[in-house]
Amino acid sequence: MHEVGLICSLMDQVTESAAQNGITRILSVKLVVGKLTLAQPDFLHFAFANLSPGTIFEGARLEIEERPLVLRCTACGTETRPEYLDYFCPACGERMEIISGDELFIEYYEGDNGEDGSGG
Amino acid sequence: MAVKVVMGQRLLKANAAVAQENRARFAAAGTLVVNLISSPGAGKTTLLEQTLVRLGGRFRIGVIEGDIYTTRDAERIAGKGTAVVQVNTAGICHLDASMVARACEELGAAYDILFIENVGNLVCPAEFDLGEDVKVALLSVAEGGDKPAKYPLVFRSAGAVVITKADLLPFTDFDLAGVTGEIRALNPEVKVFILSARTGEGVEEWCRWVEEMFLRKRAAGSGTGSE
Ligand SMILES: [Zn+2]
Repeated sequence: MHEVGLICSLMDQVTESAAQNGITRILSVKLVVGKLTLAQPDFLHFAFANLSPGTIFEGARLEIEERPLVLRCTACGTETRPEYLDYFCPACGERMEIISGDELFIEYYEGDNGEDGSGG
Repeated sequence: MAVKVVMGQRLLKANAAVAQENRARFAAAGTLVVNLISSPGAGKTTLLEQTLVRLGGRFRIGVIEGDIYTTRDAERIAGKGTAVVQVNTAGICHLDASMVARACEELGAAYDILFIENVGNLVCPAEFDLGEDVKVALLSVAEGGDKPAKYPLVFRSAGAVVITKADLLPFTDFDLAGVTGEIRALNPEVKVFILSARTGEGVEEWCRWVEEMFLRKRAAGSGTGSE
């Protein structure tokens, strides 16, 4: 259900931007999702497919890029890619910081602005 | 003609804007807002009941009860003579800022302290800013100690963590020192309370903290205030 809320946000934000850009139909949306957000790509696709009919997203493709969890030690710079957040450096025991894995953003979308110039 | 629009925009932007409006409204009213987040069954409602018993006489307290479908929790709290608004999220697993804004319209008058009992879930509520002053994550001894590592976002964004059902500690293999250490590693500044709403142990200290947060907010807001 988390994913339904996220897709609602995505649709609101893209719809607003599309209106500003004179875009009447969305062809694709690219979403970047870090592992820490616990958003499941399958459920995101499912939510998108179920919420898009009757909207400017009807027939559009949702592309999801998953980013793994990457941590870096604040002291010695050691990088790890653990399954779960693990807070202390395996090499020196200092605190790790998150380099990647908490992303949740719309990278871009493609749409049709209704002007000719292609044989669609 | 097909065009590509680069956004680079974080999801939940719309929610963030409404949360800012809520925050401004709470600041103007001098209301301390506490957002309670936990898994189902961690004891949010029981802690709230005990908190109302201790603080209800001295402060005007409002409660927003988030629930996916039922009104059971709201009924329990309403029995304590507190103003309660129930928000049914109709299947959505978290409260968002606009639900809180609508609930506040319904609650009406200004309150000293507003508790928001979020929908039982450790994932989504962490993502949605409601305009609160502080998020409080509850973790019950009965749930086991692996929650901080599994759901780091909520424990990182919390201003306090309450470990509930401490009366069960002797009967579980809950590693209190280990879990507390993990929480502090995620979030060094976080306040950690260990309490049992059933026996009352530790509840006083939690209430004192809420009261201090309220007084600090009032002191910071100076100009506006009660009456
Ligand atoms: Zn290191």
